[in-house]
Amino acid sequence: MLEFQNITKIYESKKKQIVGVDNVSLTINKGDIFGIVGYSGAGKSSLLRCVNLLERPTSGKILVDGIDLTKLSGSKLRIARLKIGMIFQHFYLISQKTVGENIAFALRAAKTPKNKIPTKVTELLEMVGLTDKRDVYPGQLSGGQKQRVGIARALANNPSILLCDEATSALDPKTTLSILKLLKEINQRLGITIVLITHEMDVVKEICNRMAIMQDGRVIEEGEVYDIFAEPKEPLTKEFINSVVSFEIPNEILKEVNGQVIKILFKGDVAGEGVISDTMQRFDVKGNFLHGTIEYIQERPLGIFIMELQGETAAVNEAKHYMEQRGALVEVIEHV
Amino acid sequence: MFDFPYFISMLPDIWKAFTETLIMIGISLSISLIIGLPLGVLLFVTDKGLFWENRFVKSIFGFAVNIIRSIPFIILLVALFPLTKLLVGSTIGPVAASVSLSVAAIPYFARLVESSLRDIDKGVIEATIAVGATPWMIITDVLIPEAKSTIIRGITLTVISLVAYSAMAGTIGGGGIGDLAIRFGYYRYDDTIMISTVVILIIFVQLIQLIGEQIAKSIDKR
Ligand SMILES: Nc1ncnc2c1ncn2[C@@H]1O[C@H](COP(=O)(O)OP(=O)(O)OP(=O)(O)O)[C@@H](O)[C@H]1O
Ligand SMILES: [Mg+2]
Repeated sequence: MLEFQNITKIYESKKKQIVGVDNVSLTINKGDIFGIVGYSGAGKSSLLRCVNLLERPTSGKILVDGIDLTKLSGSKLRIARLKIGMIFQHFYLISQKTVGENIAFALRAAKTPKNKIPTKVTELLEMVGLTDKRDVYPGQLSGGQKQRVGIARALANNPSILLCDEATSALDPKTTLSILKLLKEINQRLGITIVLITHEMDVVKEICNRMAIMQDGRVIEEGEVYDIFAEPKEPLTKEFINSVVSFEIPNEILKEVNGQVIKILFKGDVAGEGVISDTMQRFDVKGNFLHGTIEYIQERPLGIFIMELQGETAAVNEAKHYMEQRGALVEVIEHV
Repeated sequence: MFDFPYFISMLPDIWKAFTETLIMIGISLSISLIIGLPLGVLLFVTDKGLFWENRFVKSIFGFAVNIIRSIPFIILLVALFPLTKLLVGSTIGPVAASVSLSVAAIPYFARLVESSLRDIDKGVIEATIAVGATPWMIITDVLIPEAKSTIIRGITLTVISLVAYSAMAGTIGGGGIGDLAIRFGYYRYDDTIMISTVVILIIFVQLIQLIGEQIAKSIDKR
């Protein structure tokens, strides 16, 4: 388990103080793939770098399985770092060492016996699918391959936590997916807790089970990814959700609408279409679909429909109430 | 102008002068590499934000390096005569000249090493810190290898500076090519020797530059 307790990070520059992280408390459970999203400058990297103390928090505690890392220094801190892997947007491999040597470097940092290193390197290369690249220098690899080497290096010493700082931001969408798939595999097979930061909601939707949204150094919202997608509370969260599940209805269409526009949300296995058609039959309202989709988040369906309800106000209200009783979340977007 | 038979007759003297220059450069280069490399690394790793951040050490060594580098070599040469006498027992000859050449070359090379290390992406260093590497591993396995080819270029520059300095040292008792040029070319208006020494130096420096660049390129894996 990884806990942030009241983490604050203040950067002292020449004239002023910059608050990078502002009193953040978060608990990340073992086996989580935890996503932290936010715009540039929100403090995501600062927070993540506090975990392995690349950045020392100005105040607060970082607890890994109950041990406060901020109390450690020197060789004790080094040993703690062996159990926290980290990968980066720009990979940061040693350019003058081969892929194999880069991985061996991490093993040597953990004082792995010399005769065990080659087999360990082979295993790691197999895991990331780069067996044929052992003697190649990073300069000859593609971005995706470099990130795989980064992952192999980060996992060399069997860490319990893997930190990913924008690990896919420098990659194309296809490569991004393959890296995310690898991360998920690692999480499931080895039970490693993954904390990843990103500004791409797609990434979170793809692999995270829990998430937090950061703004101005603070965590403004956190929870299960599914719940946040279903019912985002903060405006910024909504903005991020809209970037992947967008329901912009063109103005032309809104102009012609003369009923009430509502958003209906069905969580999990509720059969959305069935509920809607029942509603139409039971009440004296007419419905027009403006938009509709079923998103799969964490393999759970999330049905989202936007429709126009026409009819007497009382009937419309009853219809909405009925849908809510059947498990839908109904939100009025626009009154006419 | 250039008297060829005379040049042939002078070849043994030219060769002797050239070997003396080589001795001066060889000794002082070795010493400046042995001391300058660790010193350059020290200047870098004691910098702000690095793993051995230490303002005290950084400013002491930085100051010493700056002091020596701000003294014109010809003055340093004379000022170090007592030290040379103490170490070598004489102030004449290529070995004696190597003392002040080394003193001048150490800080020069150390600064070049420091700036080569500064060119390494900080992220690479951080990534290895995150891996749990010891400072010693970071120095030997990350800093030096990553800066290797710029350090080689730094060695080339140091050799070339040493050629210039050794000529100066030659004029006040160090021997070598510089001494030959002054004795014959300057005091006796001997064009043949003058031209020969200039040509030899040009070829020598070009050769060093070429070899240095070749090595720097061939070991770079980027
Ligand atoms: N080393 C530093 N010195 C001074 N200020 C810093 C430093 N690192 C970060 N900051 C500041 O702290 C704030 C948070 O930065 P941080 O890098 O954590 O943001 P981020 O969310 O990771 O952004 P990005 O998406 O651009 O990576 C910013 O205002 C930034 O300018
Ligand atoms: Mg960042």
